[in-house]
Amino acid sequence: MTRPGARGNLWLGLAALALASMPLWAAPWHMQLASTAAIAAMFALSLQLLAGGAGLISLAHAGFFGLGAYSVYLLGGGRSIFLTLPAAALLAGLAAAATGYLALRTRGFYFLMTTLAFGQMLFFLFHDTPLGGGADGVFIARPDMIWTVPKAARPVVFLLLNLTILTAMYLFLWKLMGSLFGHALSGIRANEDRMRAMGHDVAGLKLTAFVLAGALAGVAGHMAAVTDAFVSPELLGWHHAAEALLMILLGGIGHLHGPILGAFALTAIREVGQSITERQRLVEGLAILAAVLLLRRGIAGLRR
Amino acid sequence: MEGFLAQLLNGLQYGLLLFLIGSGLTLIFGVMGVINLAHGSLFMIGAYLAYVVATLTGEFWLAPPAAVLGGLAFGALLERGLFRKFREREHLDQVLLTFALILLFEEARAALLDNQFHAVAVPPSLDFSIPVTGGFAYSAYRLAVLAICLAVAAVMFAFVERTRIGASIRAAAENPEMVDLLGLDARSIHTLVFAAGTALAMLAGALAAPLQSVYPGMGDGFLILSFIVVVIGGLGSIAGAFWAALLVGSIDTLGKVYAPQIAGISVCVLMAAVLLWRPNGLFARG
Repeated sequence: MTRPGARGNLWLGLAALALASMPLWAAPWHMQLASTAAIAAMFALSLQLLAGGAGLISLAHAGFFGLGAYSVYLLGGGRSIFLTLPAAALLAGLAAAATGYLALRTRGFYFLMTTLAFGQMLFFLFHDTPLGGGADGVFIARPDMIWTVPKAARPVVFLLLNLTILTAMYLFLWKLMGSLFGHALSGIRANEDRMRAMGHDVAGLKLTAFVLAGALAGVAGHMAAVTDAFVSPELLGWHHAAEALLMILLGGIGHLHGPILGAFALTAIREVGQSITERQRLVEGLAILAAVLLLRRGIAGLRR
Repeated sequence: MEGFLAQLLNGLQYGLLLFLIGSGLTLIFGVMGVINLAHGSLFMIGAYLAYVVATLTGEFWLAPPAAVLGGLAFGALLERGLFRKFREREHLDQVLLTFALILLFEEARAALLDNQFHAVAVPPSLDFSIPVTGGFAYSAYRLAVLAICLAVAAVMFAFVERTRIGASIRAAAENPEMVDLLGLDARSIHTLVFAAGTALAMLAGALAAPLQSVYPGMGDGFLILSFIVVVIGGLGSIAGAFWAALLVGSIDTLGKVYAPQIAGISVCVLMAAVLLWRPNGLFARG
């Protein structure tokens, strides 16, 4: 996985500024759509640390996203966002630590299957028990912000908030992938056994990446709950995890910023698809076939 | 006590249906090295096939043979047309391609039929209870499902363990490169295994149709449980899949009756315990 250089980051920054200027020229409904895409981008970006970074394809990731979202509900209404956000990251990180400890004992197909099963376990926890308010999902009270946000200002405020957090997450991962830790992860993706033979603590590195990615997914889930004021067990299901993988592949698994491009592209494809046909699964299925069969390097890989 | 016995039989019968799905899954993994997330959809297609056949002809018993024959043909077609090409792909590609298949299968079902729940009646010939002990009687249809699944399992064991083709399937599951070196026809083995796996999953769906509603996405729960069966049993091991399926089926069924809130989780706890104890499954070699 390569990181964009200074030029690439400049383009990404300009794109972020263009989105941040939406309140000046776009309808509230389009700003909500951009918020949705930004949250999807956070989710896919957190998974990219595993998929593109360490070569780990996890289907449990939606579980951590959902835990982050449900933490707002579990803490109860009226809490400060400065409490709910770290709590979401912590809860998701802890769940990722437990899952990763077990699932990372396996490799390849086994890893896929065990992460799928553990992710569904989290799904069942919220789908089958009254813990999370039931199988149909619940409307939640948003956490307290610094100021009270009037209803009309919500699309603007949430768009700017989500863009800020997405940018922060991107910059953090950009730094991280350039560090010794990031290089060690790339080494594991390329050849795990060689890294072990060289004396690296492969198990520890993988678990660290898994927990970190889980905590970041929790942040993404938290922002989804804050933006939509609604949580449902589907957020934790493996179909949601597969969607994040699709965004990564569509945008380009070989590039750190690929998932961001993929998330915005998929959100746009869905929106256009929805205006043409009611068959959403057909649109998504065809998008996957196009991404896997035609766009081998993703959108980010088109330029070479 | 009678209640417990009935639930235990339900659990075994559920486990045997899981075995039909999981054994195909484990062989397809083991022999072809392909991860097929759409395997649960094949189960759903089998159940809908039973619904259509039973509704059109009024005779449920035409459905299981139709599911087997249709499954063999459909599976061979899928393997020749798609999965043969998926083999060289990376795991991520396989996950997404088979995920796309799930979406397209569901969409095809919605286009051809509808998005409703349907009930398939228990065939009248078996719509009665058989007294098992003193005051305890058990559904004849459920006993028939138990018997059919056990018979299929026996035929499968005999085929894989005793015939020449079975021996090459075992060889392929253990060491895929070896099959080519020995001059066996790996391509026909793949087609055979995939077609058989598809037929087994669709047969399971057809048999399960009168036991539960037929509904969109019904394969999803079975997919997850049969993945757990494969993980617990050990990749590529039919015997492992058999015992793991009985274990998972019993725990899930008894859990749903006696502790409904933790039923979904208890099976995963079992899997976690197995992973801690033997990361490659209970029946893995070496």
